Amino acid sequence: MARKLPRKDVVIVGLGWTGSIMAYELADAGLDLIAIERGPWRNTATDYPPGYAADELRYRIRHELFLSPSQTTFTFRHKMSEAALPIRSWGAFMPPNGVGGGGVHWNAETWRFLPSDFVLKTHLTERYGVNFLPEDMTIQDWGVTYDELEPHYDKFEYLCGTSGQAGNIKGTIMDGGNPFEGPRARAYPNPPQDQPFGHALFGKAARDLGYKPFPQPSGNMSRPYQNPLGVRLGPCTYCGFCEWFGCGNYSKASPQTTVLPALVRKPNFTARDNSEVTRINVDSSGKRATGVTFVDAAGDEWEQPADLVVLSAYTIFNVQLLLLSGIGKAYDPAANTGVIGRNFTHQTTSDVVSFFDPAKFVFNPFIASGAIGMCIDEFNGDNFDHGPHGFVGGGYMGHVQTNGRPIETTPVPPGTPLWGAAWKKAVKENYQSAIKPGTGVHGSMYSYRDVYVDLDPAYKDRFNRPLVRITMDFHDNEIKQNKFLTDKFAEIFQAMGAKQVHKEYRKAPYDITKYQTTHLCGGAIMGSDPTTSALNRFLQSWDVPNLFVLGASAFPQNAGYNPTGTVAALAYWTADAIRSKYLKNPGQLINA
Amino acid sequence: MQDFSSVERGRYLATAADCGSCHTIPGSDHPLSGGRPIETPFGVLVAPNITPDRETGIGAWSDDEFDAAVRKGVRRDGKRLYPAMPFPYFARMTQEDVKDIRAYLSTIEPVHNPVAVNQLPFPLNQRMAMTVWDTLYFTPGEFREQPDKSKQWNRGAYLVEGPGHCGACHTPKTALGGDMPDKRLQGYTLQGWAAPDITSGQGPLADWSADDLAQYLKTGHNRFAAAAGLMGEVVELSTSKVSDDDAKAMATYLKGQSGPKPAADSAAESHVMAAGGAIYQDLCSACHKSDGSGVPNLIPDLAHAATVSTGDPTTVLRVILQGAQSVATDQEPTGPAMPAFGWQLNDAQVAAVATYVRNHWGKAPPVSEDEAKKERAQLDARTN
Repeated sequence: MARKLPRKDVVIVGLGWTGSIMAYELADAGLDLIAIERGPWRNTATDYPPGYAADELRYRIRHELFLSPSQTTFTFRHKMSEAALPIRSWGAFMPPNGVGGGGVHWNAETWRFLPSDFVLKTHLTERYGVNFLPEDMTIQDWGVTYDELEPHYDKFEYLCGTSGQAGNIKGTIMDGGNPFEGPRARAYPNPPQDQPFGHALFGKAARDLGYKPFPQPSGNMSRPYQNPLGVRLGPCTYCGFCEWFGCGNYSKASPQTTVLPALVRKPNFTARDNSEVTRINVDSSGKRATGVTFVDAAGDEWEQPADLVVLSAYTIFNVQLLLLSGIGKAYDPAANTGVIGRNFTHQTTSDVVSFFDPAKFVFNPFIASGAIGMCIDEFNGDNFDHGPHGFVGGGYMGHVQTNGRPIETTPVPPGTPLWGAAWKKAVKENYQSAIKPGTGVHGSMYSYRDVYVDLDPAYKDRFNRPLVRITMDFHDNEIKQNKFLTDKFAEIFQAMGAKQVHKEYRKAPYDITKYQTTHLCGGAIMGSDPTTSALNRFLQSWDVPNLFVLGASAFPQNAGYNPTGTVAALAYWTADAIRSKYLKNPGQLINA
Repeated sequence: MQDFSSVERGRYLATAADCGSCHTIPGSDHPLSGGRPIETPFGVLVAPNITPDRETGIGAWSDDEFDAAVRKGVRRDGKRLYPAMPFPYFARMTQEDVKDIRAYLSTIEPVHNPVAVNQLPFPLNQRMAMTVWDTLYFTPGEFREQPDKSKQWNRGAYLVEGPGHCGACHTPKTALGGDMPDKRLQGYTLQGWAAPDITSGQGPLADWSADDLAQYLKTGHNRFAAAAGLMGEVVELSTSKVSDDDAKAMATYLKGQSGPKPAADSAAESHVMAAGGAIYQDLCSACHKSDGSGVPNLIPDLAHAATVSTGDPTTVLRVILQGAQSVATDQEPTGPAMPAFGWQLNDAQVAAVATYVRNHWGKAPPVSEDEAKKERAQLDARTN
């Protein structure tokens, strides 16, 4: 039997980027709140200090900062006809764990989505006709527009001290930036990071080919920065231990380096770490959340009553808690009814590995940061005419190699033996002169009727709750998109003077063992119609109005960018709606 | 009858005097109810309960009895206080100010908390001995303004020499624990930290402007240094809460204090410097930068951080071995921390890198392996 704790105004489930942002905004509004986080508290100097932050084996290979599959995992299958099996070692994506969430180990690639991405269904239908889209594609408009989110993107970029070159300030196209981006109110708070030799060379080759390359917007600091909350970050040292790692010297924007120091000073904020929320409680009407139930590290169960519940866990865990709590109708792909679990998506990435003459090219790949790189956006979203190509969607592409870490960065030309003296010789010859961008083609994944999550009928977690079951495969649209983008990407490396260019297309079936990105999206999506979305345009549950669900679970489909900028902008958008609308008149904000 | 402005002045002065630091157990929900052990060179004293509880606090005391304790070191029962209570400094306060502090203390929550104050060994537990001590080291008498100095300087002098009791930590002590009057504010080591020379002549603060000092007192950080350890606590509980004018006044007064040139230049051996420099570039340069200059208000500048270049290496060794959490304040909430390296570096390596950071940018004496070893042993024995 759960013991009951004193009531709070707000309970926040998960203390990553969105939980931290929301906690700060609502604490600032004077509410008494508690955040409950499944994983441990994490601090820079005690959890990933420079003395061992750069331990590739510990963090990259053994996944120290991530959720352990022994805590919980997912089951996976490609098709509805198959039986799903549990994932026992993370592969395609890396579920975060602990205070700071994915914001601790992200690359800090801080993108905005395109204006057309938010009205995708309308835009594509108007431009190409409704028959251009695959029949089973379930893309939707978001219910919020780029212009509405712009001030909130801005707020996050200034929180993070994002380093970048604006491409469009209030409609004026800026040289050196991304000319395709939506208009922004002002420049980035910091100039772009310096680009290493290879990245700069890619930019030059892209420009020579007629593209408009620009430095990737980066939450790695190009110079010291103090954000509007008074929190300071130091300049990036380009150490190349960023993605999968915590930053040891306060140079990467994370909740720890931007929000939490200010948040923990608020007397009306409390946090519980190592405590896992197992259920959102609702009253007998089913239309009002009364708080949450959680289990602490000792295994004791507690009830935390609250007037407002904010769900801000990782995508798939948001969906899981909704399903386990019976909030919203579960999605049924056969009947095409229900909303919780639908429009689940990931990303469509691929890579091109290029080999250059070692006598002429020394790239020093270990000089890097998580969001270093030169990119082009000509083939993202609907920035080009898809008419002749027979697919929709796209992505940015760039030389965004973030490291030369010795265990994983061993590119060798195709045909090299996989081990032994010949392999070692090839690694040595090519280490300084090969380019392996990682996820150089960062393509969108649109939503489909048969790609979704639900509760697994067979497998249970340590609390005897059903695991989440992922049903996912690539569809032809994404495979075509990736082929087109990868070929375009390879041309740029050819133009740089590579002697050999190896294209690694993304192909079906979806491979759950091979890392792509951690950008799982959807499952509790926002929209304008309660029959096809779980949340309204303010990320408020249609069914339980005192529940808001933050994070990429709200994306109706994924765009060709890293999602964190949009995830955070939506958190600020929601916080603003709660502060300016909901608190004055608690209830459903949209009449649908 | 309570006068609100008197209570408010008293609250401010109690903060400036940092009463809470000793009289509150850190993290306790019962401020000023005593019980915090105070480490002295002679043993541990425990700070008494100064809430208005009549039985275990000071609720039954008269204002005169309170004044006698604070400014004369005489307890209500006539016995002498140990100078862990900095009454030799508080003696400089005006009677009015002490009365206001008393007025404020009368308004806080009374807490019933009996405290066994004296845990010193014989013969130090004999308070009679304090009479002799007072004769040697205690000069009664309120602060007198110096008419040839500015109003700001005089205000700073009052705060530094009176309620702020800066010399309690920063002035060298005699074997009996009394201030050495000719070495005021020139640095002392206590409770496992070296409180550096804070005079402004030629010591480690020579390059600090009054604004740098004021910013440090107010925020715990400036372009050179970050407050941690005991000074972090002082900033958190006291100096960050004084007014901007008072912080500037203290800084102005301190900048006017001349001090000696540090010990003669003492170059370290080249092989130690080579080893220390290699360790520095490997482990330290990511934050402090290759040239030691750090990042203003975030990472200390090793050429100008007083605790690095002060004569006594205790703090620099402690911070390398154990790490340090800098203070977070409203104006500088970041609170960056230095990680511990004691698990990673042996005594010779600790000594080498300490020698490097002291000798490469400043001219502080080298640190021996033996000193590093002793500091490590002392830290292992510490409970805080």
